[in-house]
Amino acid sequence: MPVTTFGESVRRTEDPRLITGRGKYVDDIRLAGMAHISFVRSPYAHANIKNIDTTAAANAPGVIAIFTGADLQEQLGGLPVAWLLPDLKQPKHPPLAFETVRYVGDAVAVVVADTPYQATDAAELVEVDYEVLPAIVNAERATKDGAPEVHPEAPNNIGFDWSIGAGDWDEVIKDPDVIVVKEEIINQRLIPNSIETRGVVADFDPGRENLTLYTSTQIPHLVKMLYAMVTGTPEQKVRVIAPEVGGAFGSKLYLYAEEVVCGIVSKQLGRPVKWIEARSEAYIATTHGRDHIGVAEMAGKKNGEILGIKIDLYANLGAYLSLFAPLIPSYFFGLMLGGVYKMPNISCHVYGVFTNTTPVDAYRGAGRPEATYVVERMLDRFAAEIGRDPVAVRRKNMLASHKNGRTVTLGVTYDSGDYKANLNKALEMFDYPAFRAEQRTARREGKLLGVGLCTYIEISGAAPSAVASSLGAGAGLWESAAVRVHPTGKVTVYSGTSPSGQGHETAWAQLTSSELGVPMEDIEILHGDTDQGQFGTGTFGSRSVAVGGAAIHKSVTKIIAKATIIAAHIMESDPKFVTFEGGSFAVEDIPDKTMTFQEVAGAAYGAANLPPGMEPGLDETSFFDPTNFTWPYGAHIAVVEIDQDTGKVDLIRYVAVDDVGNVLNPMIVDGMLHGGIAQGVGQALTEAAVYTDDGQLLSGSMMDYAMPTADIFPKFESDRTVTPSPVNELGVKGAGEAGTIAASPAVMNAVIDALSHLGVRHMNMPATSEKVWRAIQDAKETQRAARAAARNPRKQGS
Amino acid sequence: MSTEITVTVNGTEHTASVEPRLLLAHFLRDVLDLTGTHIGCDTSQCGACTVHLNGEAVKSCTVFAVQANGSEVKTIEGVADGETYSNVQQAFWDEHGLQCGFCTPGMIMTTEALLKQNPNPTEDEIRTGIAGNFCRCTGYQNIVNAIGVAAKAGR
Repeated sequence: MPVTTFGESVRRTEDPRLITGRGKYVDDIRLAGMAHISFVRSPYAHANIKNIDTTAAANAPGVIAIFTGADLQEQLGGLPVAWLLPDLKQPKHPPLAFETVRYVGDAVAVVVADTPYQATDAAELVEVDYEVLPAIVNAERATKDGAPEVHPEAPNNIGFDWSIGAGDWDEVIKDPDVIVVKEEIINQRLIPNSIETRGVVADFDPGRENLTLYTSTQIPHLVKMLYAMVTGTPEQKVRVIAPEVGGAFGSKLYLYAEEVVCGIVSKQLGRPVKWIEARSEAYIATTHGRDHIGVAEMAGKKNGEILGIKIDLYANLGAYLSLFAPLIPSYFFGLMLGGVYKMPNISCHVYGVFTNTTPVDAYRGAGRPEATYVVERMLDRFAAEIGRDPVAVRRKNMLASHKNGRTVTLGVTYDSGDYKANLNKALEMFDYPAFRAEQRTARREGKLLGVGLCTYIEISGAAPSAVASSLGAGAGLWESAAVRVHPTGKVTVYSGTSPSGQGHETAWAQLTSSELGVPMEDIEILHGDTDQGQFGTGTFGSRSVAVGGAAIHKSVTKIIAKATIIAAHIMESDPKFVTFEGGSFAVEDIPDKTMTFQEVAGAAYGAANLPPGMEPGLDETSFFDPTNFTWPYGAHIAVVEIDQDTGKVDLIRYVAVDDVGNVLNPMIVDGMLHGGIAQGVGQALTEAAVYTDDGQLLSGSMMDYAMPTADIFPKFESDRTVTPSPVNELGVKGAGEAGTIAASPAVMNAVIDALSHLGVRHMNMPATSEKVWRAIQDAKETQRAARAAARNPRKQGS
Repeated sequence: MSTEITVTVNGTEHTASVEPRLLLAHFLRDVLDLTGTHIGCDTSQCGACTVHLNGEAVKSCTVFAVQANGSEVKTIEGVADGETYSNVQQAFWDEHGLQCGFCTPGMIMTTEALLKQNPNPTEDEIRTGIAGNFCRCTGYQNIVNAIGVAAKAGR
């Protein structure tokens, strides 16, 4: 691979190992003397632990040790929360429950055996005597008097009570000419389902008293820091390695109980231990996403002008606070309620509620899909109410274009955008008038065809640390990068970002290659090993290129600056006359005076002829802390056809025009958008976590939870507009979550549009065949009743 | 209780003593150390563990190792000819048909079998053909593209 440029669709350097089966994920790690761990988990959503009898299990073949929560209570500490809202209730979260279990899947004991089969067998033999307690799973009902209490520290199960707003909603709706629409919005609980489950290998070295933790995580450095904090281990004694990570989507963004337990057990036993999460275990033990119950209102004028939005929300937190749980339904939700619109009045109230369910935290988009769903669904609902086209209503209310920051209703500053141009491009690609004509014909023929739009904006590039800290963040959210030029001119880059499929190795090598003029094969990208590089933050929130890429750029810039001084010194010129282009230093106007980057690297380490006072070497580390978030946006258009007789929804067309700022590798960005769209479509059409009232997860396997398969999707048609971000020198915004944020509302708006002439105005996700079929029957019944009443008006009055 | 089995994997014969309940997937990974075959679920849904058993694609989590006794198994490690990738592997790389790579071995094994059965599939046939394999990263779009490209290259 030669030198590349910014913006080129370079094939991924990760792929050769992954297409040949040579990728090394956690489960592929084998260490000498490694024992295997199986967790004993509660089958009840809420119960007191009366007794744990491990006798039978201890006598099972291959069993090495068994530990209960009570055994390890002192060493394990409590799992942390990294985002503190005012008056947040923080009940203790023991990695192994020792008094009370609070959700199905709460771990109570751990069995260590020679083989995984033996560990699983023995875990079955651990007898736990539970006193079953009443459970609550619905966030709204959990706040009512008399509901079962999940934690005594949180009366009415309220973990936080948070509001944000601007303007005066109550004043707006006093005007009798203002039209207000209102709907119950349920953003159903989702299960992330990365195809690789979680897994941990913990390797404690009793000689050096060092712990190495291999874990499938998005945040190795934070895991290292948090593990040290909760267990009281000196941080320098902990090394965390995130090897190949098989997908994450937010679900591997925390310090998990199993990481702490495996580390402590390895230390207790003085040997390595491995735990690989079974899929059935992942369904209950890995965080879930979404799960909002709310009432949303939108107010506006007959001419289409939107005056405001209001939402009262119950956000399910699950049984304990996961690391970022308080952030997701608060700021990452509330701050997005203005969308790309003027939206002068916003009123948002959120209860974060404890329930006897698996903890809920970030899932791809994390708060922003939920908010965008409210805004975009209610906008269409409002447009239907006033009898206007949803495109016209969007256009009427859209923010004007801006290149360098526009402060919106809630006080945040969108970085740059031309929202109307973006929408126009999508509409042109789609040919909106032609579709409406086709829809009219289809309806005459009795077919149900609908179109739905979503014009979204989101917060990416987390985060300006001081701003985040003022909102409750417990850690800095900058990113780091070290660029080490070797004496031969080859390059190693260590980035604090930590990929789970995003292609960082390709992207960072491409970025470095394009800036240094060094061929990609001469650049090694390291990540995900806390002993290989300086502290970093990790990969989440579409932050990697906007913050991590910007950090690499910063280090490369320092490298070039130092190399330029060295080159100038050797070529007996002044640095201001030395140019650097295509990997070569030249003295202006003197054609024969050039040095390659590699020659300068050699000179930097040879140190025979350096400028006076200059340190040898060519090795720079940077920490980039952005001044603002980035704000990607876009317009997505979905078309569905619905089978009248079965209610089955077919997604038949999908057009996406996104603006993620400058694009480093279009192939990778397109791929991420495709995947994001599929996850959003999954929420709209197939996926839902379903609990019984007593807290049993009915959708607890891939047989019961409808993961989208290849045959439900059309070929997505995608394009871009490019509005560079002024927040970082690369002009990038981030693209990891855009598709997911946009797709659910676009598809649901299409479903409602297909049924709108029958009188259907709203439906909660997912639009399964049954739900759609019932909506059609109900609408037809309503129409029949109305016709009957019209034929015989007297009878109705009697 | 153990049973001795002999299985030819990627052309090499292996004899081992295994528990009757040992899954083929675990035999490949844990006994033969062929970790390219991945396990993504416990209900035979995800397809990450797909291998070829006597030339047919099977989910190796749904086959006991003892059932493979006397059989020929091909895994992802046996797909390339030395350092030369198969058309399918090459197309997955060229078309960006993978992201995290965890579903990829199973997806490639399914595709190899699909194209053997149907060397000239339509897009619908491709989508239906891989509906037994989950991918959470790609939205399947570039996988479908890759399979189309591989089919073309094979003609």
